[in-house]
Amino acid sequence: MSNERKVKLEIKDMTKLYDNGDGVRHINLEIYEGEIVTFLGPSGCGKTTILRTIGGFLDVTEGDITVDGQSIIHLPPEKRPTAMVFQSYNLWPHMTIYENLAFGLKLRKVPKAEIDKAVKDGLALVSMSGSEKKYPGQLSGGQQQRIAIARSLLLKPSLLLLDEPFSALDAKIRQQMREELKKIQSDLGITVIFVTHDQEEAMSLSHRIVVMNKGKFEQVGTPAEIYDNPQTLHVASFIGEMNFINRDGKTIAVRPENISVRPGTGDDLDGTVRTVMLLGHYVVLNVQCGGNVVKCNVDRELSDRLSIGDKVTLKFNKCSIFDEEEGFVPVEQ
Amino acid sequence: MFKMLNPRRFYHAVGRKKFWEFILLAVFILFFYGPLLNMVMLAFANEYSVPHILPEQWGFKWWGYIFQQQSLVTSMIQSFVVAIITTAVSMLLCIPAAFSIARFKYPGRKLFMLSFLLTNAFPKLGIYTSIAVLFYKYNLMGTYVGVVLIHMINSMMFMVWLPASAFRSVHRQQEEAARDVGAGPIRTFFKVTLPMAMPGISVATLYTFLGSMEEAQGTMLVGMGRIQTMPVAMYGIVLDSSAVQIGAVFAILLIIPSVVMIFAMRKYIGPEAISGGFKMK
Repeated sequence: MSNERKVKLEIKDMTKLYDNGDGVRHINLEIYEGEIVTFLGPSGCGKTTILRTIGGFLDVTEGDITVDGQSIIHLPPEKRPTAMVFQSYNLWPHMTIYENLAFGLKLRKVPKAEIDKAVKDGLALVSMSGSEKKYPGQLSGGQQQRIAIARSLLLKPSLLLLDEPFSALDAKIRQQMREELKKIQSDLGITVIFVTHDQEEAMSLSHRIVVMNKGKFEQVGTPAEIYDNPQTLHVASFIGEMNFINRDGKTIAVRPENISVRPGTGDDLDGTVRTVMLLGHYVVLNVQCGGNVVKCNVDRELSDRLSIGDKVTLKFNKCSIFDEEEGFVPVEQ
Repeated sequence: MFKMLNPRRFYHAVGRKKFWEFILLAVFILFFYGPLLNMVMLAFANEYSVPHILPEQWGFKWWGYIFQQQSLVTSMIQSFVVAIITTAVSMLLCIPAAFSIARFKYPGRKLFMLSFLLTNAFPKLGIYTSIAVLFYKYNLMGTYVGVVLIHMINSMMFMVWLPASAFRSVHRQQEEAARDVGAGPIRTFFKVTLPMAMPGISVATLYTFLGSMEEAQGTMLVGMGRIQTMPVAMYGIVLDSSAVQIGAVFAILLIIPSVVMIFAMRKYIGPEAISGGFKMK
């Protein structure tokens, strides 16, 4: 990351422990202005914990969090320059959409005419114009989340925090919301922190991804860095599809698309074709190599020439090798 | 038309199961609404003597009689005064208690909730008698304060359990979202939490009010005849059997506030609202 960019949020050696000893320890992270950073990890890895400490819903045990250079850890949520969208139950069902959106602005004593305009613009931004008089119960889950995002954006936060906002929605709407969020973010240039357990969502949305496991950062990097050069076995297995082959106490991690297959023997690994699955524009080949089953993506032209039981040999164009101590040796072949 | 009313035809037309269900329902309705119907009839009977089924003379004679009796009119006013005070004081005490039960975890929370059940599990008269001993000591016998306290013992369970479940059904995120957009904790409570819990609270308020309107045992004992609410006055009338019609008129007068309030809040009253209140979490 270039150094000229302005740091928006800084987490300095932050520790948050719960009574039962779980939590996150010694977290350090800088997030730059106008960036979408995603915390990605399995449930219980501490990603939401970090988000909630930024939003002010959890106290930090140790360390500091600053926004624009100002420490925010002693401020209650209502005084922080952050806005949060939760997984669900964001809206107040006893208020109309207009009242939901205007609530924060009214507290800030914004004149009525300005509120009206802001609400109108906010609804237009999330393509929900004309729903001012409806109640949240009359909207679908996806529409409710849009309203929640609009409500957060109306307050012009320094930092938008999103806690798995699309996870309760069905796949198609989720994808659509992702695209919309990305567009809104680039239009407004705001800084967004996004929490998700869905790697596809993280890959498609983020400028940078923080992969987490068991309360620790495993790797911080751009989606391409994380996909191409996973730093740990966990990252390698969590992001995308990966074959793991054990050899001499080392683990070779190779993606299905980075394997060249040809009939015969003699390359990196020999085996026999186990299954051939046509998935549209490409074919997935499962190859039995000793005790391992290796998944390879090949084209139609090759797969048409292969049938189950044929001898093939695999060549790894690009792979990562992890030794027993989970050290990392990138090997380009 | 009349041919279809033949029980045999009816039995075969609707099937065995439906037939017995119908019979059961008919008996139930007769059993349940028969006395009520009789009461309504009596209230509008100027003259009625036992061997007859219908009154000899219809009219509003006894309604006029009741509204002329100063003591009976006073009892109505007293009933309303006691019920309104009981409801207001219970709300003031129980809603914060309900909120604390719903939102905070502290030792003894479940015991606290169960304690309200205990007062309802013991024989009431026993409790009232032992309370009376205490009330004598503190000069509360025959006072409004004493009667209101007695009524509150009955209402506490509803007033704590139902609002507690209503508060629990407000999601944390909804409160946090309010904090997030800039509302402090107090504003969050009054603008988000309380309005969202309002249906549960209104049901509890309704039960408290109606419960207080019809409480007789404790009022009689602690009120010592000085506080004459409608149900207490009714005891006197029922025992004076020379005019059953007065009792009937009075019963209808007692029903009116219940019917009005249940009708007004019919949206909120249902098996779900009530059973929801009795979940222990």
